[in-house]
Amino acid sequence: MSDTDVQFHAVATTSEVDEGEVQQVSVGRTDIALYKLDGDYYATDDICSHAYASLADGYVENGQIECPLHGACFDIKTGKALTAPASVDLKTYPVKIEGDKILVGVPTDKS
Amino acid sequence: MADSSRTFVVIGAGQAGGWGARTLRDNGFEGRIVLIGDEPHLPYERPPLSKSALLGETGLEDALFWPRSEYDTLNIELKLGVSATAIDRAAHQVTLSGGETLGYDRLLLATGARPRVLPTPGADLDGVHYLRAIADTLAMRDDIAAGGPALVVGGGWIGLEVAAALRKQDRPVIVVEFADRLCGRAVTPAFSDWLLELHRGHGVDVRLNTGVERFEGDGRLARAVLSGGETVDCALAVVGIGVVPNSEIAEAAGLKTDNGVVVDDQGRTSDPDIFAAGDLTNHPNALLDRRVRLESWENAQNQAIATAKAMLDAGQPYAEIPWFWSDQYDVNLQLIGLPQGWDSEVTRGDPADGAFVTFYLKDGLIDGAVAVNNGRDLRFARRMMQRAIKVPPEELADTSIKMQALLKQR
Repeated sequence: MSDTDVQFHAVATTSEVDEGEVQQVSVGRTDIALYKLDGDYYATDDICSHAYASLADGYVENGQIECPLHGACFDIKTGKALTAPASVDLKTYPVKIEGDKILVGVPTDKS
Repeated sequence: MADSSRTFVVIGAGQAGGWGARTLRDNGFEGRIVLIGDEPHLPYERPPLSKSALLGETGLEDALFWPRSEYDTLNIELKLGVSATAIDRAAHQVTLSGGETLGYDRLLLATGARPRVLPTPGADLDGVHYLRAIADTLAMRDDIAAGGPALVVGGGWIGLEVAAALRKQDRPVIVVEFADRLCGRAVTPAFSDWLLELHRGHGVDVRLNTGVERFEGDGRLARAVLSGGETVDCALAVVGIGVVPNSEIAEAAGLKTDNGVVVDDQGRTSDPDIFAAGDLTNHPNALLDRRVRLESWENAQNQAIATAKAMLDAGQPYAEIPWFWSDQYDVNLQLIGLPQGWDSEVTRGDPADGAFVTFYLKDGLIDGAVAVNNGRDLRFARRMMQRAIKVPPEELADTSIKMQALLKQR
C-alpha cells in the first residue's frame, strides 16, 4: 500500500501507548489497535477476525496479540492469524511518528 | 507407506472432529481424510445454541466453523447424517450406519457426549427438551414461540443460559435444582449464591433441593409435579442435568475406557492407530497434575489440534489450564482452572459494580478464578497459573495495579 492510497490521521500521542501494550483508537468508523513493540509502533484492525471482540482488551506477548474472547493469536507486525480459532489475517495499517504524535494511515475510502 | 496413499478417518463432526480433520490437512497430510458426522450439518460450535441462536437472534449458519467450499478446498470428504456403528481394529475398518465399511490407517474418535436422560415419568412428552445439537435448538424455538411458562430442570450452565434466554422474552421460568446450590460442580458456594441472586433478580423462580416427580399432559407437556408435591404449569421443559461421553463404540472395540476414552497427553488411545479428542476423552493434564474429562469449547478445539498433530507423528504434550465461559443476561462469566482445596479467596473489583474477579489461592498460587464481565484480567491470571507465578493477594486485589504489570514484573 503506498502513501497515495492512504490518509494519515493523528490518533494518539507517544506517551499514551506503553511499551508492550495495546490501545484502541478510531479513525472514522474504523477501530484500530495500536501497539508499541521494542520502541516501534504498529497498528492492526482492532476487531478480531474470528468473532466480535476488541483486541485492545487482549494480551500482548512475544510480538503477538491474543484475543480476549477466544484466545486467537495474531502477529502484531504482519497481522497474520497464528492460532485457532482465527484463520483470517488482520489488516495492518502504516504508522508514522511526527513529534509526539502517532499517525495511522487508513485507506482513503474508509476514513 | 507413502503419506498420500493413507486414509485417516475422523468419527464425529463437531468442534473436535472439525478441527482435527482440518489440522491434519493444514499440517501437510496428503492422504485421504474422511469426516463422519451423525448430524446433517457441517461442523459447528455449540455455545450459541443455548444463547443467541435459541432466540433466533443469530442464524445457525453463524455457528458453522467453515463453509462447505472450505472442505472442498482442503479436500476433506464429508459423510454427514451418517454414524459409525463399529470399529474392527484388526481389519482397520469402520462400519457405518448404512452398512458401508471404510478402511483406515489412523482413526480419530471425536464422538463427544450426549445429554444425560432424565428417568422421570412423562419425560418423553412433546415439549420436554434436551439441548445439545442444532436440531434441539430448532425444536425448542418452536415451543418458545408458542408461549407459556417454562420449567428448567437442572441449575447448571445449560439450564441457567436457557433460563436467561427465556426471561429475555419475559417468559415465566422456574428452575429446579436437585442439589442445594447452582452449578455446584463448577463453582464455589459463594459464587453459587451470586448466581442465585443474579437469576432471582431477573425474575427466575429458582427452587433448590428440588426435583421433578413426573411430567403430565395429554401427549404434550402441560404441567409437572415437583418433588415437594407441588404441581406447576409448564408448556415447555428443558432438561440440563449433565452429559455422558459417547464412548460405547470405543468400548465395544476393546479400547480402554473410564469415564470416557482413556488417552495420553497426545490423544493416543490404547490402540496405536486410534486417537481421541474432545468431550469424549479422559486425559492427563500436567498443569493440574491429574486426569480430567472436560466439556468445553476450548478443549474440544485445542485437544483435537494437538491430537491431529500426534496422528502425523509430530505431537507435543497437550496441557492447558481449563477455561470455560457462559453468557447470561448482561453478564459474561469466565472460569479458569478446576479449583480443589484452595485455602483462601481474594476478589479484585467490587461485585456490586457488576465486574470483578475472584481468585482461589492454594499455597499462594492461583488454583482457579472466576470473572464476571472481566475476561481480560482472567487471561492474565491464566498465564500466572500456567507459569505458577506467585502474586501477593493484596496486589491481586489492588485494581490500581494492572494485571499485565503484575505478570510482567515476575
